[in-house]
Amino acid sequence: MIRLLPREVESLWTLFTAPIVWALHFLICYVGAAIYCAKPGLLGLDFAAVRLGIGIVTALALALILLSTLLAWRQWGFGTYDPPHDDATAHSRRRFQGFATLLLSGLSFVAVIFVALPAVFLTECLR
Amino acid sequence: MMQPAPRLPDSERSAQADQLRDAWAAPTGWRYWTSVNNTQVGLWYAGSAFFFMLFAGVLALMVRVQLAVPGNDFLSADLFNQAFTLHGTVMMFLFAVPIFEAVAIFLLPSMLGARELPFPRLGAFGFWSFLLGGIFVCGSIFFDAAPSSGWFMYPPLATDKEFSGIGADIWLLGLSFIEVASIAAAVEIIVGIMKCRAPGMRINLMPLFAWYLLIVAGMILFAFPPLIAGDLLFEMQRMFDWPFFDPSRGGDPLLWQHLFWIFGHPEVYIIFLPSIALMAMIVPTFAQRPIVGYSWIVLAAVGTGFLSFGLWVHHMFTTGLPQISLAFFSAASEAVAIPTGVQIFVFIATMLAGRVIFSTPMLFGTGGLAIFVIGGLTGVMVALAPFDWQAHDTYFIVAHLHYVLIGGMLFPVVAGIYYYYPLINGRKLSDGLGRLAFWLMFVGFNVAFFPMHLTGLRGMPRRVFTYPDELGLNLLNLVSTVGAFVFAAGVLVVVVDVLRPKHRQPVGKRNPWNAGTLEWINEPQHNWGVRSIPQITSRYPLWQQPELAEQVNDGRWYLADAPHGRREGIVTSVLDARPIQVLRVAGPALITIAAAASLGGAFVAMTFHWWVVTALCAAVSFGAILYWLWTGTGEIPEQATRRAGPDLDLPLYASGPASVGWWAMFITMIGDGTAFGSLVFGYFFYWTIHSDFTAGAAGPGATWPMISVTLFACSWLLTVAARQLNARARVGSMRLALGIAAPLTVLAAVAGFWGPWQAGMEPTRHVYPAIVWILVAWTLVHAALGIVMQLWCLVASLAGRLTPAHDQDMHNVALYWHFMMVTALTAFAVVGLFPMAVT
Repeated sequence: MIRLLPREVESLWTLFTAPIVWALHFLICYVGAAIYCAKPGLLGLDFAAVRLGIGIVTALALALILLSTLLAWRQWGFGTYDPPHDDATAHSRRRFQGFATLLLSGLSFVAVIFVALPAVFLTECLR
Repeated sequence: MMQPAPRLPDSERSAQADQLRDAWAAPTGWRYWTSVNNTQVGLWYAGSAFFFMLFAGVLALMVRVQLAVPGNDFLSADLFNQAFTLHGTVMMFLFAVPIFEAVAIFLLPSMLGARELPFPRLGAFGFWSFLLGGIFVCGSIFFDAAPSSGWFMYPPLATDKEFSGIGADIWLLGLSFIEVASIAAAVEIIVGIMKCRAPGMRINLMPLFAWYLLIVAGMILFAFPPLIAGDLLFEMQRMFDWPFFDPSRGGDPLLWQHLFWIFGHPEVYIIFLPSIALMAMIVPTFAQRPIVGYSWIVLAAVGTGFLSFGLWVHHMFTTGLPQISLAFFSAASEAVAIPTGVQIFVFIATMLAGRVIFSTPMLFGTGGLAIFVIGGLTGVMVALAPFDWQAHDTYFIVAHLHYVLIGGMLFPVVAGIYYYYPLINGRKLSDGLGRLAFWLMFVGFNVAFFPMHLTGLRGMPRRVFTYPDELGLNLLNLVSTVGAFVFAAGVLVVVVDVLRPKHRQPVGKRNPWNAGTLEWINEPQHNWGVRSIPQITSRYPLWQQPELAEQVNDGRWYLADAPHGRREGIVTSVLDARPIQVLRVAGPALITIAAAASLGGAFVAMTFHWWVVTALCAAVSFGAILYWLWTGTGEIPEQATRRAGPDLDLPLYASGPASVGWWAMFITMIGDGTAFGSLVFGYFFYWTIHSDFTAGAAGPGATWPMISVTLFACSWLLTVAARQLNARARVGSMRLALGIAAPLTVLAAVAGFWGPWQAGMEPTRHVYPAIVWILVAWTLVHAALGIVMQLWCLVASLAGRLTPAHDQDMHNVALYWHFMMVTALTAFAVVGLFPMAVT
């Protein structure tokens, strides 16, 4: 059978997926724009291309975060269980991880949009 | 073992307790100072940090006296510069960060139900490094030689030897030394939290303090290394005239600002989160209920930890960067308000859901949060670039940062002192004095700092030693000075309360606040941490496992004895805290002090350019560390397993990812890799600011760097092969592999050196050769360490302390070599191939 979603991973690191996507998105936007503004003619691109690039990267980042959200939602048990998830069982621990990851995915989603917004309004490097 | 063992007869129990007491006894007499136990080191650490805070506070009062009236001549301009620079530097580097390390070292083991953190000697080494470095930096002002260019040491002022004197070197070298201590603490804290929790303490049951500290220690790994890289570039310029920040030779002062603030902004949260972590322990206790929204706190801690790395340019809004860049950072700076707000709402919700007891710790905690919220609001204001252009470098910023730091850090720390003091000697601090101190501090603080918003908006710049009479700043400044003294009086009351003799006061009951978390099981009169290591099944064990305290103290849980007279704790798995190993930790040692003192000596001697002494001290330090590692680590136990409980036998030895040492190496190398990454960032930074970043100079070419990479790769493969061969008991082949690998590393290093050398690259001529040399030199120093490690394994194998079954060292060295390989590949690909790619 083909799986739509990858198998559940038992690791602490999954908690950090969405914030890491945010960090990469942030870096790509900042470094990309900074290099363009420092070396405008580098690849023969104009600022519209930079904005488009930021748009594409943002869409990608949001898609990845949505995937992380979906996985987190599953790990949480699709909302079947309510917090505080403080039982001394691996089951409760997984629900906690899922819920915390879900919250972080939400925050990262908003933060990615925050960071992308300047590209909507600014049309040049403006020094 | 989900049930405690039956209670033993009294005689057996007291025999067990005697064993434990002997194993964990603190040394007496002058040898007391050789202790490495977390309770002693934590206290010394906190005491020293507090002393430095008082020292820096006095400097602040001097600054305020000078500014009390216009045209004052209480301090000379130069002494004023030294005073405010040292004030900021000491508060940040010698108080705010170390106090959190101190609290963590002191509290974490007992909170986690552990006896000790995994690397006590490393913790002690960190403390001694911090103390020596701190005395060196603070002492400089008594010789009129303190740093005077502001706590962020901007070039070109701070690179100019005529204007900044030796103070800048003292700042750079003294603090680099202290940064080493911070990274040591981060390693200790991360491994401690991930691997040394009591059995059963799954990550959903971990105290929130531990969550916060895990994040903060992770942040240190990514925040401090860029500063270390910056310090390296800076010192190379000051000492050897390599022009990293000199625009006339292709350098750029802005690179320093980037590296400094990549450290400096996360630093604010590195300071803030541990203090808020204290609040996360205090608030539930005084609301007498579990925290509302445990997962939300985890969201806030992790979220703030990440977002805080996207804020650094908001300190550089006025440097002329493109506005699109400023806007990214402005947006991220606004976004960080979300997780910060979440935790404050969680506290409010917890208080609303419970019945709040307004004790002294709560007073300091809530008062501090109120102050912090005001600082947060002005923070949102200055995160907007256009507002910042007006407010930058004025007293508005001074007000903002003090509201954030004193509200977000100092007040919660004082709350923590009042709350946790009974853990030190069983007695509470005075409630009356505490309340007096709070009101003096709270009122004094606001009287001192609120007017500064207005002083700043009226145009008073920071860091001016005086101001003329007619600007309309007189009254505001005078009020600030009065407030500062009221505030200082409050701090003095706290000091008096802490230091006053309390032997007449009766010892209070254990857990005097009726708290729910594990640290209150602790008996301060014993050095062993916990009598037996409990099985945890809840977030607030003392509330939710009512019999636990008694069972623990009756020695009915794990490791209730010490039959071999060794200090032992349990290593558990990361997610579910399954017991996997009994870890033996080190006892008192002089060698850690010797290592720290000699390393400190090397840094001090370097400041004064005493090269022979530097080399001598460095050699002694290197020898001391080798001795320490040889005698203190990788010990082969006399038996394979140890009985930890009635039905639990655990191995005494582990290697690879199962061992704490492997994790320490991994974490250290992440930090090391970040520093290297910062240098690579520097290389590309110079590429972006110049149309031809080589300035026409010859590069190292591609040939020699590629030869070097190939040789490094061979050496790396041989090292990895040596690990495999050893594991398969082919000891002869393993020794042969290491014997070939070490000379290959020498050849690789020579080839790496030869590239820029044969091209005649002169690092003082232009920034391009300088940055190439730095990347190469960084790799060569790591290669030298790589050789030492390869030879170490060879010698250890010959000496019989590295065997197929006991191969910790081999695993750790192979891990180092993975990082070594990435470093060499990156460095030589960048210096050898990149210039060809862009021309």
